[in-house]
Amino acid sequence: MPREMMFAEAIAVAITEEMQRDSNVVFYGQNMAMTDRDPFVRKFGKDRVRITPISETAELGIAVGAAMQGLRPVVELYMAEFMLVAFDEVINEAPRLRYMSGGQVKVPCVFKAGFGFAAGWAGQHSNCTYHTMMGIPGLRVALPSCSADAYGLIKSAIRDDNPVVYLHHYMLMLDKSPVPDGDYLVPFGVADVKRPGTDVTIVATAWMVKKSLAAAEMLAKDGISAEVVDPRTVAPLDVDTIVKSVKKTGRLVLVDQAPRHASAAVVIAGEVAEHGFKYLKAPVKMVTALDTSVPYSETMERYVLPSEEKIVAAVKSVMAMQAATV
Amino acid sequence: MPTSSQLSKERLIWMYTQMCRIREFEERVKRTFVEHPGVIRGHAHLGDGAEASIVGCLATRHEEDLVMPSYRCHGYPLVLGTSAGKLMAEIYQRSDGVCKGFGGSMHLADPAHHMPTASGIIGQGIAHAAGAAYAAQVKKTGQVIYSFFGDGSSKQGAFFETLNMAAVWKLPVVFILENNGYQAYTKIDLEDANAMAGDPLSQKAKAFSIPGITVDGTDPLAVYDVVSTAADRARAGQGPSLIESKFYRMSPHGNAITVPPVPTQFQEHEAIEVYGNKAEFAAAQANDPIKKFRAKLIGNGTFTDADAKKIEDGVKAEMEEVVKFALASPLPAGEEAVKYVYA
Repeated sequence: MPREMMFAEAIAVAITEEMQRDSNVVFYGQNMAMTDRDPFVRKFGKDRVRITPISETAELGIAVGAAMQGLRPVVELYMAEFMLVAFDEVINEAPRLRYMSGGQVKVPCVFKAGFGFAAGWAGQHSNCTYHTMMGIPGLRVALPSCSADAYGLIKSAIRDDNPVVYLHHYMLMLDKSPVPDGDYLVPFGVADVKRPGTDVTIVATAWMVKKSLAAAEMLAKDGISAEVVDPRTVAPLDVDTIVKSVKKTGRLVLVDQAPRHASAAVVIAGEVAEHGFKYLKAPVKMVTALDTSVPYSETMERYVLPSEEKIVAAVKSVMAMQAATV
Repeated sequence: MPTSSQLSKERLIWMYTQMCRIREFEERVKRTFVEHPGVIRGHAHLGDGAEASIVGCLATRHEEDLVMPSYRCHGYPLVLGTSAGKLMAEIYQRSDGVCKGFGGSMHLADPAHHMPTASGIIGQGIAHAAGAAYAAQVKKTGQVIYSFFGDGSSKQGAFFETLNMAAVWKLPVVFILENNGYQAYTKIDLEDANAMAGDPLSQKAKAFSIPGITVDGTDPLAVYDVVSTAADRARAGQGPSLIESKFYRMSPHGNAITVPPVPTQFQEHEAIEVYGNKAEFAAAQANDPIKKFRAKLIGNGTFTDADAKKIEDGVKAEMEEVVKFALASPLPAGEEAVKYVYA
């Protein structure tokens, strides 16, 4: 029987299970493990579970060095933006060292952080920064959209022999959904069709999957059958599943919470242009954030970010474009 | 650990030999730019002048202890037992290189000989060394990690963050700040607050409440003694120390940065090229750590002038073969480049 779990709970349970399975897994970050009552400290002790100062460069650099010596560190960064102050470690150390050493070392570590906090956190704590990481050879980037994927992807991240940026969306943390029983793993680079459909393919990640599924429900009432595909990891990216879906539906709407310019949506659009152009009955449509920072005020925030209504409108526009050209 | 005065004659001769090997290796790297233009690409940074400091530090190691240097990384693996031919082949972009031509001069790595990696980005390797020390602490291996970096690195955020965290976690690491007088092209008294005030850089340790000691990095035995104490302390679980090892970088920061097809070479030292201070450079040459150690070992009867000459000739012959080996090694096939992206 699948277990019903909150998104945040699924992550915590999976990390706990991985720490039980492998004594090389360590877990540390700021504002965690502050007392002996902390459940991770109680289970695994203060060698493997630690509080850190506010020192992201040291936290991530220490993870890189420890990973090369056989540990599997999971660094809790809380907010993806905090990774930016240590971006050398994310972009230019962790994913490069194996390559530069000619394959002599491995750097198995997980940089875990929340992102996309569309709840009034304004310009510096609401962002989607995965587009800056998805083009870095050697780095993997996971973006779960439900409890099962959150659970299965963090397990795969911890077991992977490469550095993984694991980003969990703040707006999903309290959502409950089933997690399969047993040691459930979600492989990297395998997209999941979250809702099958025949008229249009919607590709979305993380919170945008939830919005796309809601939009698909609204579209169904108008007789439009939308297929929702979630890549689950943007590096590696499962282009095959997306192209296969486009082959079936002939239309593509890309939903991305990040600003449009240089977004994951743009990368996917490029892949489909090269590998799936002949299947398209209408031009690709992108529903992204506007090319602005995220504003504080709720009315403006809503204006900037993608929504169910914007997705519905985009789908209807590609359906109409097709009708016009027939 | 024994003090330097208890080191055996064989050990002292080994130390002298390693110092000569570093110097001759670096001389051959430098000569390559003249004798075989184009064989070395990008940027190479030499460790001549650092020989006493490097060897004095590494002579204190236990077999499993790790060494994590910055991009100025040729000297350490030579002492750790990495094949000098493979090191030169790497610098010559060859398939027999220690990193198979993937890394080059700035990124030498030989985990089998206790040097996992070298980061080319100033200061970041300090955090990696602390990470290796964290692994040693969790796994209770008894290892001490030797973290080498320049005075320039000691102005990086990675330095301050890592030293604080290493002190908080009592990590078994020795931080060796190699103060060679220059941050790339910039004289230290233009960029370091301690240096400008006439204070030792080792006082940065006070900010983290850990031991901070300045030592004459041109004297391998003095270096040996302070690093021994720091390594013992680290191994005993008492945490990190900061050693400022002072010596003079005898070559410029690196070969001149030129844009192809303009050939690159080593120019005059910045003391002369930038600051027009010939006297400073002449004083550094007069204080050459190899010459000083040689005279000391002859003076105390460890070896004779003839013994020393024999060692030096042997090292010259070794490095001649090293250059031949590296030149003869094939370049890697282009399609090798897609290997090692992911483990």
